[in-house]
Amino acid sequence: MTNPEKRNSKPDRGSISIDEEECKGCGLCVEACPTDVLHLSEHINHYGYPSATYMGAGCTGCGICFLACPEPGAITVLRLARRPSGTVIAEHMGELAS
Amino acid sequence: MSDDLEMQYEVARSRPEAFYERFDRKDELQHQTHYCPGCGHGIIHKMVAQAIDELGIQNRTILISPVGCSVFAYYYFDVGNVQAAHGRAPAVATAVKRSRSQSIVISYQGDGDLSAIGSAEILHAANRGENISVIFVNNAIYSMTGGQVAPTTLLGQRSTTTPEGRSAEREGYPLRVSELLGALEAPVYIERVGIGDNKQIAQAYRAVRKAIENQVRGLGFSLVEILSTCPTIWKMSPVESQRWVHDVMEKTFPLGLIRERTKDAQPHETPAPAPADLRKVLGIADQARIVPHQVAKSATNLQVRVAGFGGQGVLLLGEILAEAGLNAGLEVSWLPSYGPEMRSGTSNCHVRISSEPIDSPLVTRPDVLVAMNEPSLHKFYESVPPGGWVLYNRDAMPGECKRTDLNVLARPFTQIAKDLGDARTGNMIMLGALIECTGAVPWQSVDAALRQMIKSEKWLELDRRALARGRELMREPVEEAVHEG
Ligand SMILES: Cc1ncc(C[n+]2csc(CCOP(=O)(O)OP(=O)(O)O)c2C)c(N)n1
Ligand code: SF4
Ligand code: SF4
Ligand code: SF4
Repeated sequence: MTNPEKRNSKPDRGSISIDEEECKGCGLCVEACPTDVLHLSEHINHYGYPSATYMGAGCTGCGICFLACPEPGAITVLRLARRPSGTVIAEHMGELAS
Repeated sequence: MSDDLEMQYEVARSRPEAFYERFDRKDELQHQTHYCPGCGHGIIHKMVAQAIDELGIQNRTILISPVGCSVFAYYYFDVGNVQAAHGRAPAVATAVKRSRSQSIVISYQGDGDLSAIGSAEILHAANRGENISVIFVNNAIYSMTGGQVAPTTLLGQRSTTTPEGRSAEREGYPLRVSELLGALEAPVYIERVGIGDNKQIAQAYRAVRKAIENQVRGLGFSLVEILSTCPTIWKMSPVESQRWVHDVMEKTFPLGLIRERTKDAQPHETPAPAPADLRKVLGIADQARIVPHQVAKSATNLQVRVAGFGGQGVLLLGEILAEAGLNAGLEVSWLPSYGPEMRSGTSNCHVRISSEPIDSPLVTRPDVLVAMNEPSLHKFYESVPPGGWVLYNRDAMPGECKRTDLNVLARPFTQIAKDLGDARTGNMIMLGALIECTGAVPWQSVDAALRQMIKSEKWLELDRRALARGRELMREPVEEAVHEG
């Protein structure tokens, strides 16, 4: 299990999907993401906003972008299931903040 | 191996179930809120919805929405919803919680709503220790109406009504509501949080959840004040707004726990008194609710206006009539309308008795006008439709009341009452006449109403005699309308 090759190929702990049409381009998630893996795209959505986009790698699944986003379903956060499911975000956020 | 791991991505956070799937507020993009981009209300809605999901209380939650930008909260939350008048959410929440103690009642309010027009409601709800959860969204301004000063506006902060910035001399100091409520004995949990950065957002979520959970545990009054953002009125970007909460607002409104007594609080309920107990309290527990005759239901639709001087028994007449209608199993309404005077000035009441549900308690076209004095007669005379009845407390109608399309019984009822034993039973004589001419309620129901409302034996006897006298007067042949002068 300590094989360094394997460790390098470890997948990200998290991933997110963004509903482009729900996003209002406020940029709060971009600001919130501790690992800087979000940005506002060039693409303008139906509403005329540049929607948030995931760069495709580096997400830790921390979930802070979900809480920082004002739209109900614009962001969905995925995590690797090895984590005990049902971890309360707030607790996790506490760890993160400290 | 890595394929296996790929398979293990699971949804950790997604659109809370406590939101409706589609919001009917708009015709298109029905999954978006109506809030401006980056608005704190959206973030806080999400916290509330997420907490409802996590606590598993969606099917027993009732959200009281305020007036302000979040007036439409009921379009978003798939829970029970009541939209309250400006500032009144805690009063409405009190009523809802007391009548449905198993419901989880969340009062959601802005700072204009809660700390200006609603300052009395929040103070007393907190002081009573209502077992409700208040989410207080403080963005330091009236946003919905375009940015007027709020009690919470910071010193120096510009608004449309403080164009040079708020000054303590002119507009007073920013109101620290949480500290104010923290001076009360009853609240179990008050905390001020913010959405100024990730750490604050995480703490805000914990606090929102805790305020609601306290209620689930029956602990008592909980309030979370959330320093929120309004990018539009503040004229800042959403990110700048967040920083402003963190760098500026927080200095006036320090974050932290203001009250934490959840450890010592005992779970309790404050249920509404059961109707059975109410009858005991009113001293009518022994009286069986008498339902003598169900009247021919389809026929009944009586509208009465009773008017006179305060002290003539105008309101009591109406009440007994309405109570009699209730006893007969009919729908009733009784609406008093009077000035501040107890014993002078005019008063009047509207009574409706109907076999159908009553849409409005207002009576503008009375089938029967009971006028206990001349000013009252003049005031309502023209409102009686043709074929209606006027019972007037003099032996003749004034000369100018010349309508020939009305039935009139003009008698000196007060004088007749005096001769019977007490001038104050004039109202009951008129009631007797009214019941006789309309036949809207059976006499047994009237007598039962009298027994429910009149506690003294002596008065009961006097009133019974008066009612009977009114009936006789009405049975005497109806004369042509007599006019004075
Ligand atoms: C009785 C009454 N008075 C005044 C108003 C006008 N009014 C509507 S919203 C509002 C202020 C709302 O401010 P706040 O509670 O801070 O909510 P926000 O819009 O900032 O979220 C006022 C004064 C009203 N609707 N009803
Ligand atoms: S879950 Fe955390 S790491 Fe992933 S995008 Fe959101 S904020 Fe960034
Ligand atoms: S926070 Fe939400 S609405 Fe704002 S840019 Fe990110 S995804 Fe879009
Ligand atoms: S005006 Fe301010 S409080 Fe109202 S929706 Fe817009 S950003 Fe939110």
